[in-house]
Amino acid sequence: MNAPASPPQQGVRVIVRGLRRLFDGQPVLKGLNFEVDRGEIFVVMGPSGSGKSVLLKHIIGLETPDEGEILIEGESIRKPGVMDKYRMAMVFQSGALLNSLTVGENVGLYLAEHRLKPPEEIARIVAEKLEIVGLKGQEHRFPAELSGGMKKRVAIARALVVEPHLILYDEPTSELDPLMAVTVADEIVKLNRRIHVTSFVVTHDRDLAFGIADRIALMAEGQILMVGKPAEVRNNPHPQIQRFLTADFNLNKERTSS
Amino acid sequence: MFENIGEMLLLFWRTVQALPLLWRHRQKIYDQLFEIGNASLLMACILSLFIGGVIALQTGPLLAERGLSAYIGGIVGNAICKELAPVMMSILIAGRIGSAMAAEIGSMRVYQEIDALRTMNISPVHYLVLPRLVAISCALPILVIFSIMVGWMGGALVAVYNNKIGISFPAYFSNLRDLVDLGKVVNGLLKSFIFAVVVGVVSCHQGLQTIGGPRGIGRSVTKAVVNSIVLILILDYFVTRFLMYFD
Repeated sequence: MNAPASPPQQGVRVIVRGLRRLFDGQPVLKGLNFEVDRGEIFVVMGPSGSGKSVLLKHIIGLETPDEGEILIEGESIRKPGVMDKYRMAMVFQSGALLNSLTVGENVGLYLAEHRLKPPEEIARIVAEKLEIVGLKGQEHRFPAELSGGMKKRVAIARALVVEPHLILYDEPTSELDPLMAVTVADEIVKLNRRIHVTSFVVTHDRDLAFGIADRIALMAEGQILMVGKPAEVRNNPHPQIQRFLTADFNLNKERTSS
Repeated sequence: MFENIGEMLLLFWRTVQALPLLWRHRQKIYDQLFEIGNASLLMACILSLFIGGVIALQTGPLLAERGLSAYIGGIVGNAICKELAPVMMSILIAGRIGSAMAAEIGSMRVYQEIDALRTMNISPVHYLVLPRLVAISCALPILVIFSIMVGWMGGALVAVYNNKIGISFPAYFSNLRDLVDLGKVVNGLLKSFIFAVVVGVVSCHQGLQTIGGPRGIGRSVTKAVVNSIVLILILDYFVTRFLMYFD
């Protein structure tokens, strides 16, 4: 995470092996095993409370597992220097922008705090990244002045500045209207294609998952139910998966028929 | 409170280790210093004026009855500079600045801003705790200098204009000069520096430990202020006892 930013970009391979985590004696992750290929968009989908966000925090190193390991390019993230060698960035569900800083300061924070570039160069990079996410010229605004969608896009710009090998998105379309959700999804795909970054997306938004994923993992109650291409997931007869995929509002239909 | 002493000492030690990065964070330190001064200086002066006045009011008539009113300058001077200015200013700072620190850092923790910093490999200790702890440790002794001077003036005004005491300004300050030397002022400043570190570490620690939503932030703020005041008053005894060896 901390190494000087340097192109060219290359996604990394992530392997999760036997990941277990308990909170207050309650198992939240029950032995997860899966692999994410270099440069793919891997979506973890599942109902609220299934442990998706906790998994994400383990991958970026904010949480430590009770058992199991996470390997980046075959090296455990707990091994000294690995988190410096492979740059990672996370786009939080809320954006997690620093409210006391302007948009420009937020986006340039990584470079400024690690003194990786001179201030003029940071300003240029910030402007460039904001343009990528469609927020050109918004540097001087504060997060409180932005809509939910704009905050998410600023968070994406902030992640881009790190020039990550792996980018993690926590519920990137939650709290967004459908149009903004499509814009954010579009950004995720464009970034993945442009810089070949491995993208790990956690969501319960079925439209997003099937719209952008190369592969989908379905998670429920701390376990992975299946991993496969979107079509394979859609056609899986597992009742829990089908219940999650087909759940719909039928209230109006029921009212009309009665 | 006491179960977290170890964690607080560790936080203090990690902040001390980060001191070589001070110059890099100078802008944040200036900002914090300005905020502390701006929020507290006027209040500190008003408080000190009345504290000085009330000590003179309480002791002056008793001394006058016994023909000792000439000693009021020394009594007010010593009480203010060795005890009341450092303790009262530290309590004021715990209430005004410690609470704000705990609330700000606590809110950053609850709204994942601190997690965001960590994902960028930015240490919350370097980015948040270091500037605040350095700023409060510089600002509190400065406030105490103001407090001592204003407190002495408050005592003087009462000693001169209260008709039960009624001594002159020169008599008041002459006795103050005789009984209060620079060492006693330094004694008070040293105390205030220790209390500033206590307020800074306790408040930042509480902020970083915040869990839950707005209720969690409120709880952290309350704990930061209460724990700071309790620790200040307990430490005050031991620091005073220790400093007596140097009198």
